[in-house]
Amino acid sequence: MKTAVIVFPGSNRDRDMFHALEHITGTRPLSVWHTESTLPDVDLVIVPGGFSYGDYLRSGAIAARSPILKDLVTKADSGVSVFGVCNGFQILTEAGLLPGALMRNAGLTYVCKEVRIETVNTATRFSSRFSKDQIWRCPVSHHDGNYFADADTLKRIEDNGQVVFRYADGTNPNGSINDIAGITNAKGNVLGMMPHPENLIEPLHGGLDGRILFESLLDKAA
Amino acid sequence: MKARVIVTLKNGVLDPQGKAIEGALGGLGFADVRSVRQGKVFDVELTGSDKDAARAELTKMCEKLLANTVIENYAIEID
Repeated sequence: MKTAVIVFPGSNRDRDMFHALEHITGTRPLSVWHTESTLPDVDLVIVPGGFSYGDYLRSGAIAARSPILKDLVTKADSGVSVFGVCNGFQILTEAGLLPGALMRNAGLTYVCKEVRIETVNTATRFSSRFSKDQIWRCPVSHHDGNYFADADTLKRIEDNGQVVFRYADGTNPNGSINDIAGITNAKGNVLGMMPHPENLIEPLHGGLDGRILFESLLDKAA
Repeated sequence: MKARVIVTLKNGVLDPQGKAIEGALGGLGFADVRSVRQGKVFDVELTGSDKDAARAELTKMCEKLLANTVIENYAIEID
């Protein structure tokens, strides 16, 4: 599976993602600087975590207007898999590739801890290797992860099965509506989530739960 | 020409920062504060002199960048 990671000024989880992708796919991902105008021909484009542009204006707002985003929208429309983690999720909502918005955590504090995630839709290319309602461990690290969508949008994404991951067992760390941790677009080829599956993929991390997501994508590419 | 753009959270959108400020004001003894909502102000200087054109341009700026219309409203004031 060929992959690319978009890097913005202020990205800081890009290296974690490079490591995870190389470890799991066996192929080194391509790095794409945000001022580029076209993405390489790959199966999966990642928008990594961090603090692009220092979270100025709103988290992800400035990065979502970067030159490379135009081609990301084109690639997403053509069906390429796009995966935004943490700041990447914020960027994808700001760019209009995913519905809703990520607001300041309800508790106002930065949260850096492990939560439990329930996979509520296994019929996506990002979640096919999970068993239905499987609960798994995943780290979170963010200040603006409080997912919000208006009532109509929320009903639409719930009815369409676009909610793929929810915080489970009372571990919602940020006040997200309906415990939403990760959603796809209507077509199902763009996923955004606040937790960091790339940080739980080898024994040294203390677990392998995050691998299941990447291995689902390997199935899709095979 | 000088313009001011005011961005506020839509009604019904939870504002935890406003709530925290509201609590802090209460703690300072301001007992008659019913609620606080936090927002942003942008002072924008423009080169042209046509107010209608400026308003149209500022509206585009709000829609494209200054406000996230999923959660925020905006108001434009031109001097």
